[in-house]
Amino acid sequence: MAQKILAYHCGRDFVNEGELINAKVDLVLGNDITMPLAIEEFKKLGTGDVFDRSKIVIVPDHFTPNKDIKSAQQCRFMREFAIRQKIKNYFEVGRMGIEHALLPEMGLVLPGFLVIGADSHTCTYGALGAASTGVGSTDVAVAMATGTAWFMVPGSVKFIYSGKLNKWVTGKDLILYTIGLIGVDGALYMSMEFSGPVIEDLSMDSRFTMCNMAIEAGGKFGIIEHDLKTQKFLEDKTDKKYKIFKPDAGADYFRTVEINCDDVGLQVAFPHLPSNVRNAENAKNIKIDQVVIGSCTNGRMEDLKIAAEIMKGKKASEKVRTIIIPATQKIYLEAMEKGYIKIFIESGCAVSTPTCGPCLGGHMGILAEGERSVSTTNRNFVGRMGHPASEVYLSGPAVAAASAIAGRIAVPEEVL
Amino acid sequence: MLIKDRVIKYGSNVDTDVIIPARYLNTTSEKELALHCFEDLDADFIKKASHSRIIVAGDNFGCGSSREHAPLSIKASGIKLIIAKTFARIFFRNAINIGLPLIQNAKAAEEIKEGEELEVDLNKGIIKNISSGRKYSITPVPDFIQGIISSGGYINYIKETLKKGKS
Repeated sequence: MAQKILAYHCGRDFVNEGELINAKVDLVLGNDITMPLAIEEFKKLGTGDVFDRSKIVIVPDHFTPNKDIKSAQQCRFMREFAIRQKIKNYFEVGRMGIEHALLPEMGLVLPGFLVIGADSHTCTYGALGAASTGVGSTDVAVAMATGTAWFMVPGSVKFIYSGKLNKWVTGKDLILYTIGLIGVDGALYMSMEFSGPVIEDLSMDSRFTMCNMAIEAGGKFGIIEHDLKTQKFLEDKTDKKYKIFKPDAGADYFRTVEINCDDVGLQVAFPHLPSNVRNAENAKNIKIDQVVIGSCTNGRMEDLKIAAEIMKGKKASEKVRTIIIPATQKIYLEAMEKGYIKIFIESGCAVSTPTCGPCLGGHMGILAEGERSVSTTNRNFVGRMGHPASEVYLSGPAVAAASAIAGRIAVPEEVL
Repeated sequence: MLIKDRVIKYGSNVDTDVIIPARYLNTTSEKELALHCFEDLDADFIKKASHSRIIVAGDNFGCGSSREHAPLSIKASGIKLIIAKTFARIFFRNAINIGLPLIQNAKAAEEIKEGEELEVDLNKGIIKNISSGRKYSITPVPDFIQGIISSGGYINYIKETLKKGKS
């Protein structure tokens, strides 16, 4: 499916795996960490203006609201560029959200799009049937000038999810389970196609979560075929026409992986790799100091709803700092209207304006030496959330919320 | 291009968070980034990089974030070449784009040891391990990628292309 999108964007009928192509991109994305570097490189090209001010998206979401003076300087540099270039989609603090939740919400990504972003989790938009991938700042610089990028055409791995989802299990558990199965380089350079009856029934929020973490298995794309759910999701967000690409019936896959979801329980990825996955049932009794519910992976309505259901009327452990970060202003507002924010605050959680902050050890929840956090984020590398001798345990919202109450890694049944 | 230098060796899945921790990403200064390169993985890296300027590693080198600051900090710390069994894809393209040569060779990455001296001829495609006497041939890279590396990076490559287009 991704190969067809790539072929279309370089004006050809088909492209071959391993081939190097130069293709037109529909959208170019950068954030406050990667964009300043991209702007510096863009200036070296000397083209003056960007190729299309409506196809560039700039989101200051990582170290914002500005965490220190240097970050403030970087953000100002980026803001001035956005103003000078009249970038249509620049989202300032207050309107900003975590980029990979914000762009779909704003209807900026459409099925069949080819998107590059200087953020590794740009693969998230595959949930809309787009070929979308993370690149570096130089790629973004060149794409801002020329509207094109170079790609090595990936092969595809097909994942078929059958059976029934167990109670509390969401897209996060499915993707952690999958990464545990194939490893952190199990889909290196590949396009991961998620399919099967469970995916067809899966919520859009969970689909975003799954595609979001394709990069944690080394994938170039994580992609799900457009269907009625995609169509419904886009209905109130855009009136633009789009081209739908479907996988060929006899498509050639490098590998097909079948997963029976009856076997997939709640998952926890232990330090220091997202593939170091165990069933949450076998992860209990690990004491924790912090819980983070949020990020581009799990800061959407479905995640907050699950957390609120579990935390309603209960107190988060006094030994745990629980930080909840709705991924966008719209999600924040909706969570407030639904009473989730009240539940979180009464439970003793800190609720924050959208930011990537703690996920990458930026701000808003840094760990001290020896501390442990259960987190709905996407990486648990050494030092990811703070001190190199701290630990991150990745989970979905259900385990995170239950753990916040128990003060140790727990499953919902233990606290309900 | 001929590179003759000693080896610093790392394992598999060296991620961009240990190459350059996010706490230092509030700058784009290469010199500043280089001061913290590999800080959380190998406190002696900077000392080693003063006399050993080839990194040899296992699988999936550079996995994780898209931060170009990772290959930039490695390059700015004086490293001339990275040899690994495999590279994570964003790191791979970022390194090419900034003109930092990479070689994917499983056998060489497996056998070469820390401190050994290599002579690598990127044009002829040969890795010669002076310390062990072993030789490895490098799979030639596609012309397009070779073009980027010989231009000194993607920006220069595009500048040359744009110039050609105008003339």
